[in-house]
Amino acid sequence: MSVKKFIVGNFYDEAVLFPAVKKVRRAGYKIHDVYTPFPIHGLDKEMGLKDTSLHVAGFIYGITGTTTAVSFITWALTVDWQINFGGKPFFSLPAWIPITFELTVLFAAVGMVLTFCWLCQLAPFVKKDHFNPRSTDDTFVMAVECTDKTSEAEGIAFLQSVGASEVSVQYRETGWWLGRYDRDTTRFGKKVEAAV
Amino acid sequence: MSLLRYESQVRPPIVDGNKDYHQVTEDICRPVETKPSKLWWVGFIISLGLLGFGFVSVTMEVIYGTGQWNLGKTIGWGWDITNFVWWVGIGHAGTLISAILLLFRQGWRTGVNRAAEAMTIFAVMCAGQFPIWHMGRVWNGFFVLPYPNTRGPLWVNFNSPLLWDVFAISTYFTVSLLFWYSGLLPDMATLRDRAKEKWRKAFYGVAAFGWTGSTKHWQRHEALSLVLAGLSTPLVLSVHTIVSFDFATSVIPGWHTTIFPPYFVAGAVFSGFAMVQTLLLITRKVLALEDYITIEHIEVMNKVIVLTGSIVGIAYLTELFMAWYSAVPGEQYAFFENRLNLNSPYGWSYWLMMGCNVLSPQIFWFRKMRRNLLVTFFMSILVNIGMWFERFVIIVTSLYRDYLPSSWSTYYTPTIWEIGFYLGTFGLFFTCYFLFSKYFPVIAIAEIKHILKKNGDNYKSQMDKVENESIEKFADDELHHGDHH
Repeated sequence: MSVKKFIVGNFYDEAVLFPAVKKVRRAGYKIHDVYTPFPIHGLDKEMGLKDTSLHVAGFIYGITGTTTAVSFITWALTVDWQINFGGKPFFSLPAWIPITFELTVLFAAVGMVLTFCWLCQLAPFVKKDHFNPRSTDDTFVMAVECTDKTSEAEGIAFLQSVGASEVSVQYRETGWWLGRYDRDTTRFGKKVEAAV
Repeated sequence: MSLLRYESQVRPPIVDGNKDYHQVTEDICRPVETKPSKLWWVGFIISLGLLGFGFVSVTMEVIYGTGQWNLGKTIGWGWDITNFVWWVGIGHAGTLISAILLLFRQGWRTGVNRAAEAMTIFAVMCAGQFPIWHMGRVWNGFFVLPYPNTRGPLWVNFNSPLLWDVFAISTYFTVSLLFWYSGLLPDMATLRDRAKEKWRKAFYGVAAFGWTGSTKHWQRHEALSLVLAGLSTPLVLSVHTIVSFDFATSVIPGWHTTIFPPYFVAGAVFSGFAMVQTLLLITRKVLALEDYITIEHIEVMNKVIVLTGSIVGIAYLTELFMAWYSAVPGEQYAFFENRLNLNSPYGWSYWLMMGCNVLSPQIFWFRKMRRNLLVTFFMSILVNIGMWFERFVIIVTSLYRDYLPSSWSTYYTPTIWEIGFYLGTFGLFFTCYFLFSKYFPVIAIAEIKHILKKNGDNYKSQMDKVENESIEKFADDELHHGDHH
């Protein structure tokens, strides 16, 4: 387990944070993450994060639910144990719509929430680190990852110049609890802008 | 650019007072982090007492069977199913507020959605009790599930509305719970990071699931909320539709009607909002959250009440018209004799329903009344009395005299154990709500912060600047977040 060095800057206004993220990335620093007390629309794009495909997963879970309901009820009522309800056909699809719909929603919702928890590695008893506990209150915390080439002094000065209020250097053991964004992030100026 | 999004000056602020992000956290966390008041204890103990009474009532019913209730061959559903439909209906406002209003981008939902969703979950828990204990041999309750059994396997009847109900209610409960709890994660993390006592750190540490507020997590969280809202919207409509199918697919006079699904859904929203008003008027006062649950919120919800109350009124009149127009004697008897005739045994309940649900909400056409807290509180109680009687009218006045006069029932009154069961669900509901208001943030902290700079009182004045900007400049700002600063 290696220990990594981070330069951590606090911001108190999202209006300062937005241009700061851009400048920090443009200057070639690698933003490990920005921790915010509430969702800030557009920040993910600014950080070069790809869109999430959680909704695609939701769709797949949903149609799984639909198929499960239709195929199971069909099998149970037309193959396994046929019951004659007043001479109506065994395969009475309209009467199955309610349960089919409910199972679609149930599968999609449960599946998506579990996927969400899995992707974000959230579960009871999980402990994670977000550098500054105030980041769930009123502080936007930017953590910049230092490499061998990064000069600590320069990095601190740069973060201060873009509007960070308190800047500190913090060391963390790396691991899944710090998040795994390398796969999700594209380098600034490469893929994201090329796609546009 | 400190404005996240522009909103017209005409719209009143929905967060009052001079708030910043930290103040929002402080205000909403305060009730959780301080000792509960005497009033809280009094309410909590009364609720526990009611819950105990309910427990005894249900125990009596389990030991001695459903004969403990005044149900018979004619009135097979009485107070129990009335209460079931009533509670399910109340459980509709939460998801409506959190899901449908999210899709409609209604900012005011952020002040009330957390408490309303909690109310939904507790109400559905209460509703579920009734069909479960009504089974009589409750230890065989799992028979309602389609599991491979040694009786064939003989499957449950997938064509039956009662089975649809099993799926609808359990799905609704599960999805509401997931929606509510996923929204709670960030706020639990806020409480965890503020916690000073050891037990508090541990409790909220577990409850927050390790939430950090990472941008990627927020991005997924937003996607999750949006899709869950999209799923919950048809779900909430489907649940009461399916509950109405319990009646509408039968051939009992007064039930055998196609208007039931929209009529039930409107009634559900109507009673749900009334219950939200009852709870929030008390909550905002006791927890000093008037800055977040403002008079604007109350007024908007009163508008929903007058709208849905009028829809329900139209449905009542349509039913009467259809009974007359159908020329079916059974239908006509059910409506004009059993219900409309004040001198018939249950005529009083029909007119009580009409008065509470259709006439009294019309007072909310007046702005002064919509913004009057006392009137609102009184009305919220009245509406729920009316909506209880709506279900009572539908169930009892249809059942007690059906096609065969020789099997007509005598006057049905509940036994003490039926009443005790009903009061017991109040105990369950309020015990849960009291615990919720003590240990959970009753307002979505992160969501209030999200709208603060758009809808906050102290930020509203800054809209002036945007108002006077040229369209080009505004569009440019919106497209390139903060580029020029």
